[in-house]
Amino acid sequence: MPIVKAVTCPVCGSLCDDIEVTVKKGEILKIKNGCSMSESKFLNYNGHRVLKPLIRKNGELVETSFKEALVRAAEILANANYPVLYGWSSTSCEAIRVGVELAEEIGGVIDNSSTVCHGPSTLGIQDVGISSCTLGQIRHRADLVIYWGSNPWSAHPRHVERYTTLSEGKFERSEWKSYIAKTEASAGRKKVDRALKRTSRNKSVLPPVSVDHGPCPAILKAGRKLIVVDVRKTRTADVADYFIQVEPNKDYELLQAFRGLIRDQEIETEKVAGVPVEYLEEVADAMINCNFGVIFFGLGLAQSRGKPRNIDAALSLTRDLNARTKFVIMPMRGHFNVSGADTVFTWQAGYPYAVDYSLGYPRYNPGETSIIDILRRKESDAALVVASDPVANFPKKAAEHLVSNPLIVIDPHFNATSQMADIVFPSAFVGIEANGTAYRMDHVPLPLKKIVKPPIGILPDKEILRRLLVEVRKTKRAAKRKG
Amino acid sequence: MGGSRLKVVLLTVRTIEQGVGKERGKSSDEYFESVAVCYVDPDDLSSLGVKEGSNVRVSTEHGSVVVKTVSSLRGPHPRVVFLPYGPWANAVTYPDTDSNGMPSLKGIQADVDVAPDQPVLSLGELLRKQFGKR
Repeated sequence: MPIVKAVTCPVCGSLCDDIEVTVKKGEILKIKNGCSMSESKFLNYNGHRVLKPLIRKNGELVETSFKEALVRAAEILANANYPVLYGWSSTSCEAIRVGVELAEEIGGVIDNSSTVCHGPSTLGIQDVGISSCTLGQIRHRADLVIYWGSNPWSAHPRHVERYTTLSEGKFERSEWKSYIAKTEASAGRKKVDRALKRTSRNKSVLPPVSVDHGPCPAILKAGRKLIVVDVRKTRTADVADYFIQVEPNKDYELLQAFRGLIRDQEIETEKVAGVPVEYLEEVADAMINCNFGVIFFGLGLAQSRGKPRNIDAALSLTRDLNARTKFVIMPMRGHFNVSGADTVFTWQAGYPYAVDYSLGYPRYNPGETSIIDILRRKESDAALVVASDPVANFPKKAAEHLVSNPLIVIDPHFNATSQMADIVFPSAFVGIEANGTAYRMDHVPLPLKKIVKPPIGILPDKEILRRLLVEVRKTKRAAKRKG
Repeated sequence: MGGSRLKVVLLTVRTIEQGVGKERGKSSDEYFESVAVCYVDPDDLSSLGVKEGSNVRVSTEHGSVVVKTVSSLRGPHPRVVFLPYGPWANAVTYPDTDSNGMPSLKGIQADVDVAPDQPVLSLGELLRKQFGKR
């Protein structure tokens, strides 16, 4: 059976490009190297989908022809005063480029899912600047890896294995052995605990696993070190050499405390964000004494109180650390091409998200031109959603206005937003049924492969958008002639 | 104990089950079972007087939703609960963006009440109840 090698996985921002897919008679039979999310996508993508365009008639979504759906969608967009075009993080750069052209054509606002994930990170980066690099450099050189407000075990399952602590670099060795020893010790401990419980009828003989913050000899060990900062002891924290449990919404003060500590300032309090200062001092020492450190930060910073200010503090900490050693920082981007959406928006419009074309030229002012704010102010009068599910992922109050707009959806999945839509265009799965380009979280572009053919009549996002753009122009010309 | 209401800090989060469920399809049972849940510290479950798998109502000033409890293996995190990203969590999240575009999805004030008689709505039921498409 033919095996397609070096397939880029279209799930998360890690964009693992070593997937091997076994295909037989146009069907995917087996996946090698993928994580559980990757496997779930490649093996089940065909399950819950519609194969014909849908249009809402008398309150019900019914099948329609592609032509009718296209004409109706073009009318809605061409006649709207302030349409919003949202999504874009799970499709190809080529499709996004057509999307930006469409937004300019109809004078709409185009925003991508950065707005509800790493939008604050972008704002922080624009304020402070970022010291970053590619994941390859981190794999080969980083001897201190910090995941802050990010749980790659759940969100980027192969990140630690491919790019950081468990990867085998040129200059830094993998920490697999210590990880296995740690896992075995933990399993053994549980076994002993269970046996003692059975014999002694005690609730638990061994003291419970503590989540206090040390002191921990692992912070002094040789080789690669992994530190996790999170509000709970995640699975990633289980693998870590050091875990700092920060109180919710207190990341900013913890980051600022580290900034003070690495400048050898005294902190005149016993605890910061629930963590004893003496343990923070140990971590600050580890940061200063590493050769190449990296902070990967997740939505724990971007979505908690402070939002862009948390990111400012993290970026400033990294900048400060560079006075003592080499340190870089990178946001853990979620959707597989959300970095690509930011990139394409930037080279087309000059701004990475929340771009408003209503005045005929691009404007950018998150808080005003960002989709959540537009929906909360109930300003939009039509919506196009591409490769995203805002009805599931926006706070209800924002989704309410989106659903009240004439809503057009282009998506391979039949998701919550499709269920609320007025027109649905089912599309091909980019990276499985359509090729294209995506940007990894470190802004390295990678090719997405077409492995199998899409069902008959199902077009890629790029092609649907191109036809929609042509139809919108036609509708506008016809209106001009009439008016 | 027997208290039936807890004041908590709520965070919406990614879980691997949610990640796998969403790729399987949002109409799938796996997605429903992985997302219409609330991860609660085991001690907080005792304070509420309920067991894992019971229905609870999570409420904030922006709404309320009934979900099933899961006893957290990631404890102790007293008075902090976690809801996986998805429409159930977003029934209660704060839409305020502090003028920077980002709603408040983590670290928000919430109440958890026991709700043994109230059902966990399916995706279709939840969407109909919230948006009542037209």
